[in-house]
Amino acid sequence: MSLYTLSKLLYTLNRDDGAKARFKADAHAFTQDFVLTDEERQAIVNRDIGLLYVLGVNGQILMHFGALCGLEWSDYLQRMRDGVKDHGPVRAGIYAMTTGIDEKVAGA
Amino acid sequence: MTLVFTGVCSHAPGITGRSERATQAQRDGLYGAFAEMRVALEATKPDAIILLAAEHFANFFMNNMPAYALGMGAVYEGPIEDPEWLRIPKRMAKGDPDLSLRIIKEMLNSVDVAYCEEWQFDHGIMVPLHFLDPNNELTIIPGNINCQGPPLTPLHRAWAFGEAIRRAADAVPERIALVATGGISHWPATPDSGRINEDWDRDFLDRWLANDKDRLLDYTDAATYAEGGQGGFEIRTFIAAAAAAGGRGTLHFYEPIPIFAVGCTVATMEIV
Repeated sequence: MSLYTLSKLLYTLNRDDGAKARFKADAHAFTQDFVLTDEERQAIVNRDIGLLYVLGVNGQILMHFGALCGLEWSDYLQRMRDGVKDHGPVRAGIYAMTTGIDEKVAGA
Repeated sequence: MTLVFTGVCSHAPGITGRSERATQAQRDGLYGAFAEMRVALEATKPDAIILLAAEHFANFFMNNMPAYALGMGAVYEGPIEDPEWLRIPKRMAKGDPDLSLRIIKEMLNSVDVAYCEEWQFDHGIMVPLHFLDPNNELTIIPGNINCQGPPLTPLHRAWAFGEAIRRAADAVPERIALVATGGISHWPATPDSGRINEDWDRDFLDRWLANDKDRLLDYTDAATYAEGGQGGFEIRTFIAAAAAAGGRGTLHFYEPIPIFAVGCTVATMEIV
């Protein structure tokens, strides 16, 4: 419903150590500060990189969330590909996928 | 005094964060070019360096997005990213609020630029600084052009912004260096990461090296997105640097390095 709010949550999380601590302690409680759809909230709570990508989160925001979740680079890229496979094409924003789902462009 | 140095370079986080996944030759070539740029920069004895970046939501967000911003802080902290992930240790870089103030005041005569007494550096500034100022000795003035969250500033305004930087650098008694950082074509942080349009990059570099204003400004965002990806919007920082320097460029390094997600570029430009 609100890609802006979803992105704002991730932006806050990426740059604020206090927010990171609250998120790690109780991710669901952390999301209550933001008006999200159930799908968006679940994507955050489940650290579902693939769905967040399909929902349209800018990669420059999502990349840092991936790092926060401890994802290695190749794994981060693969989760986005898997997201498109599971949920269909990117729904919003400017970070739509332009290569094939199984095409590993960076060799990663 | 005047603008004493102008350079452009890539800033992709993989350059440091995934360094071991490039080949030795790629790494040596790129790191060597950065090292040469550092020597050239130091030789101009700058009192301060304006690092013009295209930051990635470290400070600016769609709630209040400036098209242009310049730092006016006494200190700046970075990287905002996990230092282990980026493999660049945290530092407190020193600024010069008084110098920033004088530069910004002069620039405001022709361009609207937001001033920022707080600024956290992300990889867009930290990767170049890691190579160009490894010992954290330089005085830094961060600058930014919004290249991430559309609507974006038109290219002719990026040119005007570069002209304003030059006028301000010439108006203050200090020696000012300018390093602009950005990608040419790239599709960063997406499954397309590693896609690089070398032909498009080389065509852009031809225009940049010739400092051909008409051809540098002859891109639409739609065409850039199609040919150069989201990361291609960052050509704005290179365009501003060309406007500031006014001369011809010299390409020191260009090579597509997919695991770094960009055609890695190091170039300088003559100041006329």
